Amino acid sequence: MAEKKRIDAPTGTQTVGHEWDGIEELDTPMPRWWVWTFYATIVFSLGYVVVYPAIPFLNDASKGLWGWSSRGDLHQTMDAEISRRAPILSAIATTPIEKLAAQPELMQAAMQGGAAAFKVHCVQCHGSGAAGSKGYPNLIDDDWLWGGDLQSIEYTITHGIRNPDEPQTRNSLMPAFGKDGILNTTQVQDVVSHVRVISGQEKPSASSRRGDALFQQNCAVCHGGDGKGLRDFGAPNLTDPIWLHAGDRETLTQTVMNSRKGVMPAWGHALDKATIRMLAVYVHGLGGGEATPVQAQVAAAPATATPAVATP
Amino acid sequence: MTGLTMKAGIWLILAILAMLASALAVDSGFAVHMVIVALAALLAMMGTLRSADWGGIARGILRMPDEGHYDDDPVRWGVIATVFWGMAGFLAGLFIALQLAFPALNLGLEYTSFGRLRPLHTSAVIFAFGGNALIATSFYVVQRTCRARLAFPGLARFVFWGYQLFIVLAATGYLLGITEAREYAEPEWYVDLWLTIVWVAYLAVFVGTIVKRSEPHIYVANWFYLSFILTIAMLHIVNNLSMPVSLLGSKSYSAFAGVQDALTQWWYGHNAVGFFLTAGFLAMMYYFVPKQAERPIYSYRLSIIHFWSLIFLYIWAGPHHLHYTALPDWAQTLGMVFSVMLWMPSWGGMINGLMTLNGAWDKVRTDPIIRMMVMALAFYGMSTFEGPMLSIKSVNSLSHYTDWTIGHVHSGALGWNGMITFAAIYYLTPRLWNRNRLYSLRMVNWHFWLATIGIVFYASSMWVSGIMQGLMWREYGADGYLVYAFSDTVRAMFPMYVLRAFGGLLYLAGAVCMVINVWRTILGHLREEAPMSDAAFDPAKDRPITQKPAAVPAE
Repeated sequence: MAEKKRIDAPTGTQTVGHEWDGIEELDTPMPRWWVWTFYATIVFSLGYVVVYPAIPFLNDASKGLWGWSSRGDLHQTMDAEISRRAPILSAIATTPIEKLAAQPELMQAAMQGGAAAFKVHCVQCHGSGAAGSKGYPNLIDDDWLWGGDLQSIEYTITHGIRNPDEPQTRNSLMPAFGKDGILNTTQVQDVVSHVRVISGQEKPSASSRRGDALFQQNCAVCHGGDGKGLRDFGAPNLTDPIWLHAGDRETLTQTVMNSRKGVMPAWGHALDKATIRMLAVYVHGLGGGEATPVQAQVAAAPATATPAVATP
Repeated sequence: MTGLTMKAGIWLILAILAMLASALAVDSGFAVHMVIVALAALLAMMGTLRSADWGGIARGILRMPDEGHYDDDPVRWGVIATVFWGMAGFLAGLFIALQLAFPALNLGLEYTSFGRLRPLHTSAVIFAFGGNALIATSFYVVQRTCRARLAFPGLARFVFWGYQLFIVLAATGYLLGITEAREYAEPEWYVDLWLTIVWVAYLAVFVGTIVKRSEPHIYVANWFYLSFILTIAMLHIVNNLSMPVSLLGSKSYSAFAGVQDALTQWWYGHNAVGFFLTAGFLAMMYYFVPKQAERPIYSYRLSIIHFWSLIFLYIWAGPHHLHYTALPDWAQTLGMVFSVMLWMPSWGGMINGLMTLNGAWDKVRTDPIIRMMVMALAFYGMSTFEGPMLSIKSVNSLSHYTDWTIGHVHSGALGWNGMITFAAIYYLTPRLWNRNRLYSLRMVNWHFWLATIGIVFYASSMWVSGIMQGLMWREYGADGYLVYAFSDTVRAMFPMYVLRAFGGLLYLAGAVCMVINVWRTILGHLREEAPMSDAAFDPAKDRPITQKPAAVPAE
């Protein structure tokens, strides 16, 4: 095809003279701003390459004028933060947990640090609002399985629950009454009826009266004769409307048949003392924390564990 | 005759071998895939036998292709395949967007879980929708701009159908859980090998056509198509170097390990964007924009400089996907500076496209296809500014791993790739099927607005979501502890996820308009409709004044 340069009327620009399927090209010079911005990005890049690590050699790379490295940058930030927080963290670690409340500054730091650690380590099971879910206890209410004072919570976090790797873990084992043949199917239903009566969900019946006797023989040793639970065994109170799994007949049948044995990590293996202490303070402060028992009072048994009169 | 027998025989042997491999397969996914391969081979055998010119063979005449006409059959199939796979990909995208907002939609089945449907969506839109658009338009454009019929017609048909088999194997593989877990390169080793064969055939057809051209010069669109085909071949082969566990099983392991593997993957991944979604689609732009606008290309010099700078710089930009990882600092630096330098070369394409409308800007008002092209170029310019910006390390420290990246990708994919492809389809359909015009230009206008508003919803919700997510992740309180848990960010993003899905719904609705429009155009229907624009005309006033008005005294 012959080269046919012509002036394009609407733009007044000459064409290059080629044509493909009717498409021509104008000989417009490149926009100056485009060229200069392109040069500017190249100049910026050259400068950046000189200042930061950029040129690879056989075993290493150029360090850059500023000696910057991403690892160095991270260490610097972390070190500054660690040394800033060190005094208060060591104070928290050395102060007995029940004495923290007397020092508002430490208490404040512990609440904040505990909240942050909770979001990282605890929300997976206990939920971001700490309200728990089926099988994972709610930490906002005042119903505690193993105790709700500061020391008990700290112990639970440190040693975990039914943790096979931790000798001092909180431990107890409910028998699988149905599966292991301790109770037959009818008896399991009778016990369930009784539990539903003491929790106020059903009216007493022949079944529940039979269940009452079975309860006293089989369950009272841990849950107490009145079913209000015993914290020494982490045995839940069965008379309130708070359920770890659920209080309906089907779930209760499952529980009595197969038992429940929830586990919790022993955080003492993974977290430092200060973090665990801060977590305990935070969980205690969520709303249901109990006062630290005075030793004498423990001997006389706290109010919640007092055996009550026979349930109606 | 012997040639025909041989061709059919090869397909039959392939089918038998595939059935054998299926019977001996070590995993069920591979067995399913080999059955698909066997069915495809049998279909190919039937196609070979049925399309043969038996009369000609009997009389000993070799049928020669008609060199006086362009070979447009594969282009027609490609347009239909583009529309079909586009719908599949958009639908999958909408579904997984809804899954992110409402996880119950995972349906509790492994086959419908987000993890399996997500690569189905990305591959469907990039490789099935985009890939078919690229193959079809490249076959169309290379013939026209070379003034030559397509080289190797048989091979061209093999490229089209072989590519469809690749798509089917990839898609079914994702649902069955067969994956290399490399983003945008998920298909396993045997599917990769098949694509390599198809791609080499594609290169042969394309280069063969350029070689037999009647024009003295090679048009700029063909530079871009060629760079796209060559570079994708190289990227595909290197990134998929792997060792199969068994030749009769689907699993393989990468030839690279650790951060080298990650860098190879992102060298591939970024250049899939650079050469598949940018160079290939710029090639489409360089043909269809001047054709539709009926204007010359703005600047020949700009096209040379921006072509060479673009393909030279793009290939080095991949490490910016691995900022703040185990990748050595020097590689991160280079990835960033090459991305920053890429800004103007990318904009060269936008300038050349938009300024081609000089002298025809009025068409933006009257021609919805031109409007789509302008919007495509605007989104191209926006996302190629956003890209270099996100590659700057201090910006990236906020944006990486957040939805901002998703928003960026989609403003490019929906805005640039989607819009320019729709425009090309609307240009091609009446011409390929010999229709006077499209079924309805007003439906194109509807498509334009639905898609544009959809993209605005999508991109802006992901910007808000991504920046919020990044800020929440890095929010430290005065006491030095993180303020938010990860789950807090998930909860905060929920409304943005719903808005994003709404944007996707609008975009899909626009595509439905396209399906109807293309379908009816192919059927030869014409919608009776008022023209898109017209100057006001009132017949009552179109007459001379007979009664002279009373003279108004001058003030």
